[in-house]
Amino acid sequence: MFFRDQSEMLPARAAPITEVGIVGWLRINLFSSYANAALTLVSLAFILLVIPPFIGWVLIEAQFSGDTGEACTGLGACWAWVDQRLGQFFYGFYPTEAHWRVNVTAVLLVPAILYVLVDNLPGARFGRWFSYVYPLLAAYLLVGGFGLDVIQTDKFGGFMLNMVVGLTGIVLSLPIGILLALGRQSRLPVIRLLSIAFIEAVRGVPLITLLFVAIVLLQLFLPPEVSLDQLLRVIIMVTLFASAYMAEVVRGGLQAIPKGQIEGAQAVGLGYWQTMRLIVLPQALRISIPGIVNTFIGLFKDTTLVIIIGLFDLLGHARLLQTNPDWIGDVDHEAYLFSAAVFFLVCFLMSRYSVSLEKQLSKDRH
Amino acid sequence: MAAPSSSRIQQVSYLWTDERLRGIAFQLLVVAGLALVFAFIIWNTATNLKNAGLASGYGFLQDAASFDINQRLIDYDSTSSYGRAFLVGGLNTVLVAVLGIAAATGIGFLVGLMRLSRNFLVSRIASVYVELARNIPLLLQIIFWWVIILALPRVRDSISVGDVLFLNNRGIRMPQPIFEDAFQFVLALIVAGVVGTFFLARWARRRHELTGRTFPVGWSAVGLILGLPGLSMLVIGVPVSLEIPLQGTFNFEGGFNVTPELIALWLALSLYTGAFISEVVRSGILAVDKGQIEAARAVGLPPGLRTRKIILPQALRVIIPPLTNQYLNLTKNSSLAVVIGYQDIVSIGETVLNQSGQALEVISIYMAFYLTLSLLTSLLMNWYNKRTALVRER
Repeated sequence: MFFRDQSEMLPARAAPITEVGIVGWLRINLFSSYANAALTLVSLAFILLVIPPFIGWVLIEAQFSGDTGEACTGLGACWAWVDQRLGQFFYGFYPTEAHWRVNVTAVLLVPAILYVLVDNLPGARFGRWFSYVYPLLAAYLLVGGFGLDVIQTDKFGGFMLNMVVGLTGIVLSLPIGILLALGRQSRLPVIRLLSIAFIEAVRGVPLITLLFVAIVLLQLFLPPEVSLDQLLRVIIMVTLFASAYMAEVVRGGLQAIPKGQIEGAQAVGLGYWQTMRLIVLPQALRISIPGIVNTFIGLFKDTTLVIIIGLFDLLGHARLLQTNPDWIGDVDHEAYLFSAAVFFLVCFLMSRYSVSLEKQLSKDRH
Repeated sequence: MAAPSSSRIQQVSYLWTDERLRGIAFQLLVVAGLALVFAFIIWNTATNLKNAGLASGYGFLQDAASFDINQRLIDYDSTSSYGRAFLVGGLNTVLVAVLGIAAATGIGFLVGLMRLSRNFLVSRIASVYVELARNIPLLLQIIFWWVIILALPRVRDSISVGDVLFLNNRGIRMPQPIFEDAFQFVLALIVAGVVGTFFLARWARRRHELTGRTFPVGWSAVGLILGLPGLSMLVIGVPVSLEIPLQGTFNFEGGFNVTPELIALWLALSLYTGAFISEVVRSGILAVDKGQIEAARAVGLPPGLRTRKIILPQALRVIIPPLTNQYLNLTKNSSLAVVIGYQDIVSIGETVLNQSGQALEVISIYMAFYLTLSLLTSLLMNWYNKRTALVRER
């Protein structure tokens, strides 16, 4: 007999060491061929060349204490300015005794955003209302009046300015963007033409030209007795800028809604605005959230442009530090590295959120 | 007597419920509203200008600019007109945009492919770069590179690369090619080669479609574009010479200088946009149906041909539209040059604005300039899309 008894079957052998475990992983991912192995070695060399010196410079050889640039004598980075300047980097010239108002606004921002983005939170009904009221509350806390000390907007600065311009811009641009998106799809030729013209014109020019409009032209367009706050002028132009991009994002969402939804709404006798408000927009906006978040990331990065027209955001304060007589020449890279790290952290987290949301949405659809 | 009036009411309410009429009325209302807003703005502007004693109109473009521009592609001095200054600025914008687009495309395709690499380290390095470049404001990156270049050694301690290139805090000193008269002849040959290749490729494609016979277009192109001028240079000698910069104590003699501003702006724009382009490339390649690659493998196409004939043509159809968008973004973002003083159209316009006070005119020139660029690009884009759109049969 050439076949074995079933009971004598050989025990299963473990997979070869070259296929599983660490060795297997290394083989498949890093050394599958000579070319691949060469790539791996080059990459390793690159990593070793960049990372250890960078960490050495940023942390190990760095200097952390001192009052002026004269303290910066080490080979590494100099972080001695941080304890003096951290407040300015985040709050600008906002009065120190009122920093709590910024902090409260920032803390309240968390529930205000969560109640818009996440379903089924406890107290959702009250939460929604809170989200709607939040912008007014934030404006009251930051600017003051009615019992709080009034703080002029030219005191706004640092990272807080980036947040204020970015968030106000995105919140205000949403309704305008929705109207423009609907206008672009409208059957009324004049409305469609006007919407397209606005969207394409704004998207065709750089934000900087609009900011120039804000500082040199807006005043020219208004009667001489009206004088707008500079921050307000910037926010107006940033909002117009963002709403053109927002319109395109929302249009993407609108186009993804099956025609049957609109026909169904018409069949049950809903008019245009009812169809849009009750049927189309809730679905379209839901799909558009990742795009809206991406627009916000773009806008948020663009808020640094306010330094060109003389406001001091986080980047502006980094520049102030770089050119400060006490520190000049000693912290050129550190100040920018710090601001870059802050922006990176915020934008990276938002982009991760947007990606995970996209995955969720495509899963829901299938 | 009650009947006619009720029917009139009915008629009026028909007016209201007639969708077409309602649409027209709504549009008229919007147009009227906008006209009012514009009239308000124009009225205010006119009064404000009159009160400030400012003249409007583009006549000032003829006036002498009386400021210097050291970064220029065409002749310009301080006696030239404002209009000429704008032209210099516009060309500088185009210069940095073209350089940036070339580099960003290279970076984007390379990094996009790296991210798809099966080598763990390679794809990880690529994604770290992409995340860093995308999530840090461009303006910050521009300033950062500028600060780094300004921290290079002074002219007298320039870092020399093979005694040909010199890096210092005033930028990069490069050898300057000097063209002799005979170069025009070689240039004409190169142009002839390009035109010839174009027609050859058309003929070869038609023959391939008709008879199935292929023609080595690639090699003939090399022969036509490089070979012919090369041969002619063997005969008449090389009509181009390089002027190598000579290092002096305070400055260089010969060669030409690339300013720190141009380098910083170019680096930042290329690295920033390159990261976005790599994402475009990656998703374009991922969008190619797996079955296509498997089928290509099944009919025995070697890897090179597989990429060239199957994957790329299909990926490019997805890649090109967002890619053009990125090119436009890069061009618009080059306006951030004003922060580090690279003399692009915005930066020069700002100087003109401060000198002449013609705010309305200067800003309208900005907008016209960028809108023209956008419009040209999207026209080109539509033409390309039409050409490569899938022809769906039936």
